[in-house]
This record gives sequence, structure tokens and C-alpha cells, in this order.
Amino acid sequence: MYNEKVVDHFNNPRNVGELADADAIGETGSFKCGDTMTLYLKVRNGIIEDVRFQTYGCGAAIASSSMLTEMVKGKTLDQALAITNQDVADELGGLPPLKLHCSNLAADALHNAIENYRARQGIGKTG
Amino acid sequence: MSNREVYMDHGATTPVREEAVEAMLPFFKELYGNPSSVHSQGRKVRKAFENAREKTAAAIGANPEEIFFTSGGTESNNIALRGAAKRLNKPGHIITSSIEHHAVFDVCRDLEKEGHRVTYLPVDNMGLLDPSRVEDAITAETFIISIMAANNEIGTVQPIEEIGKIAAGHKILFHTDAVQVVGQLPVDVKKMQVDFLSLSGHKFNGPKGVGALYKRKGVKIDPLYHGGGQEKKLRPGTENVPGVVGLSRALELSVEEIPGKKAALEALRDRLIDGLLKIDDVVLNGHPEKRLPGNVNVSFSFIEGESILLSLDMHGIAASSGSACSSGSLDPSHVLSAIGLDHQTAHGSIRFTLGRGNNESDVDYVLEKIPSVVENLRRISPMGKTK
Ligand SMILES: Cc1ncc(COP(=O)(O)O)c(C=O)c1O
Ligand SMILES: [Zn+2]
Repeated sequence: MYNEKVVDHFNNPRNVGELADADAIGETGSFKCGDTMTLYLKVRNGIIEDVRFQTYGCGAAIASSSMLTEMVKGKTLDQALAITNQDVADELGGLPPLKLHCSNLAADALHNAIENYRARQGIGKTG
Repeated sequence: MSNREVYMDHGATTPVREEAVEAMLPFFKELYGNPSSVHSQGRKVRKAFENAREKTAAAIGANPEEIFFTSGGTESNNIALRGAAKRLNKPGHIITSSIEHHAVFDVCRDLEKEGHRVTYLPVDNMGLLDPSRVEDAITAETFIISIMAANNEIGTVQPIEEIGKIAAGHKILFHTDAVQVVGQLPVDVKKMQVDFLSLSGHKFNGPKGVGALYKRKGVKIDPLYHGGGQEKKLRPGTENVPGVVGLSRALELSVEEIPGKKAALEALRDRLIDGLLKIDDVVLNGHPEKRLPGNVNVSFSFIEGESILLSLDMHGIAASSGSACSSGSLDPSHVLSAIGLDHQTAHGSIRFTLGRGNNESDVDYVLEKIPSVVENLRRISPMGKTK
């Protein structure tokens, strides 16, 4: 049901854990299916230098979380903000239609983390 | 990937046993006649078909004329419930439980749309229905009670005989979905005092797509389909002869084997339960004793069922889950909600259903693999507590 890339990210999730000295934390949860994710960012000079995640959820949720952490590392905050749910699913090579909603949490957590970062920096919310 | 395969999803379906395959083969080959035909090819097949009916009846304490072959549990349930409603021909009241399989639950929902009133009785936190609730729910309009003999997810076995007594006392039709019980536990339709009982071939190592409905002699319902008049007009259509022959052979053998296999399966089940409960933050769902011999259902805190299934699959272990994410719907199973599990506990449920072919080494293999599966997923989880 899942493709090889999804299975790989599920079996060997990248960047799992917490960042004790995180500059930003983003949380998100799907009320509906119950999946939740916490994303930790380390930001320097507007660039995401390090990232960790923790996810409670199904295979799609875990693989999407892991995929997202690879996508954001080294990106500027603006570049990262442009990443959509669809981008994550596409980068994974697609997900079964019924599982798409499970993958939404990754980009949502990222956007929340960036908002959190900007709030901490006193830059205010974007958009 | 692992090269060992351990199948512990017998509640979903079972492999067809060799004896049933053997019994079926002639009916794909030389014995191909239509049992309704007058010629000798047809008559030979009719004879075998009626012999299968006798075996099926004997396995549940029924008379052959009380057995109607169908395409499986789903159709048997539909024929009984919808057939009784159709016969009534006016809005009535149905009593059922809140943990029925969708093949009863969704039929009841649909009958509500047609004007019937349905009471979905609650169960306790182990899935057990208190028969006095059935008695209390009966009204002058109640025309049928449908309570499953055992639950497919959590394995809880209901006090069907007591409910049967109540139904009989009120002269109300009583149906039981015994799909998970037939072939696993002794079944006697007379003792249960049921008017209808549904069974399905593929749950006891028979073929898929074939089942039966027991309808007590004298009970009248209206057919849902019309056609060539087969199965005394209750379920017309040219008979699935190989399927029925395979079902009856598998059923005959599984019932014969109950005295020996029941205790053995229970021992395996309990070995698995005990081992799983040694892992931190694991709870057993369902009843500790009133439980199907092969059913194990546990919830792992902090992690989600589908991800556990996927990891188990990497080790060649086949199980199932009641989590929302594995069901394809957004809600966890109605059964787990009905026994009062919170969203997260329901979400972390895994069902292992043991069956023919499983042995102690399979159980030990699962117990060897599962701690690291749970540990790894808990490490990823924000709620995880790695120790
Ligand atoms: C309790 C119960 N009822 C009904 C069914 C449906 O049976 P079938 O697959 O033969 O239609 C099942 C099987 O999943 C079941 O477990
Ligand atoms: Zn999910």
C-alpha cells in the first residue's frame, strides 16, 4: 500500500527526537484521526540549521514527518514556509488517497514552528 | 523484510484447509451439473449438495430444512434482518448491541432510514452485554433482537442462551451473528433458542464467499431477491455447489476438533496475552475469560495501531488494528469506543487472532519481535516514554 520511499522513511526515520536548545517549536494534531507531531527547529541567520521531530501516528504520518525534516534542512525560513502538504506527499513519491490527510501534519507543524520562531523574535505573524 | 511468516489474522479470514479443497475439486470438474436439473448429472450434484446441508445442520444442532446457503455472513445477516422487517411491513422496533459487526450495525442504520426504531444496547468495558438490558428494552413494537455471539474485534462472547430465553419468553424473533463463533466454540441453535443464526465459511478454514443462514422451522420472513426459487425462494440463484461442499467439510471437521483444539488455542492465546502485558503501558481489551479462544486484543499507549501493523509486517507478522488510520475512516472502531476506550487507547489497539496452524513458536516469535517494534515507535512519539 505504501511505496518504497515511504516505507524507507517509516523504517528509518531521519531526525527523530527533541532539540534541547530549539529556537522554535511547532505542534500540530489532527483532531480527526488523532495523529500529532512536534517539530523542533534550530535557526541561524534565517536559515534552518537543524531540525528534529516527534510524531504519534500511522505510517504515513511518520514517513511525512521524516521527509519534511530532510526537505527543510538548510532552507531559509521563507523557502520553508512555501512548502505545502502536497510538496511533502510529492517528495515521498505519493501516498494512498485515504492517507493524504495523515501526511498534512508535517507541513502544518513546520508552519506553526516558523510562526513560533517569528513570535519569539518579535517579528510577528506572517500573512 | 523477514522470511518468516506468522499469520495471526484468522479473525479476518483463514486459509482453506486441504480436506475442504479436496472435497470441492470434483465439483469444479466432473460434477458440474446444476442441482436443479432433472438429468443424472444434476441429480448427483443435488445429492452432494443436500448432503452438505445435512452436515452443516448437524454442526449447529439444526435440521437440514432450516439451513439456507448464502454468499457469507454479510448476506445471512441482511436476509434475516431485512427479511423480518419486510415481512412486518410497517415501522417496528429492533434491539441490537452497540458492538455489532457492520454487517448488522449498518443494516440497522439503514432500517432506521426506512422508519424503524433501533435500540443499540451499551456493553460494559469488557464488551459484555447484560441480558437484563435486552429485557428492559423490549416494547410492544419490538419484532427482532439481533445480538452477535462473539465480537470480531475484542472477542467477547455474549450470553446468547440467556438472551434467547428472554426473546422466546416475549415471542420476539432472535438473530445471532455467530460468524466468529461457529467452528470455534460449540453451537446449538436449540439451546441458544435463536430463530436465526449467521455463519460464514471463510472463518473456519472453508472457502470465501459462502455462508449459511439458519432459520428456525416455521419462522416466516420475506425474501430480498426473486429468481429461480432456489433455497425455498429465500435465496434464489444457482447454487454455489463447490463453495457449499467446501464449507460443510470444513465445518464438520472444525466442530469435530473443538474438544481438542479449544484448550490448545486458549493456551496459546493466554501465552501471547501474558507476554504482551509484560511490556510497559499495554492493556488488554475485551474480557479476560469470556473470550474467543484465538482472540488477543491489546492497546499500546503512546503509539498508533497502523504504524505497529506496518512494523510487524516487516517481521512477517500479520495482525490487524482498530485504529482510525488503518480503517481508512477517520474514527477508530465503534466497538472500541463502545467499551469506553479513549481515542488514543483505541488508536493504539492491535488484534492478533490465532488459528489452525499457529503454534507456540509463532507466539514466541511475536513476543520476541514486538518489544523493539514498540520501543522504536515510542522513541518517535512525542508521548513516548523511552526508559
Ligand atoms: C462478526 C462478523 N459478522 C459478519 C462478518 C461478515 O462475513 P462475510 O465476510 O462472510 O460476509 C464478519 C467477517 O468479517 C464477522 O466477523
Ligand atoms: Zn494517520
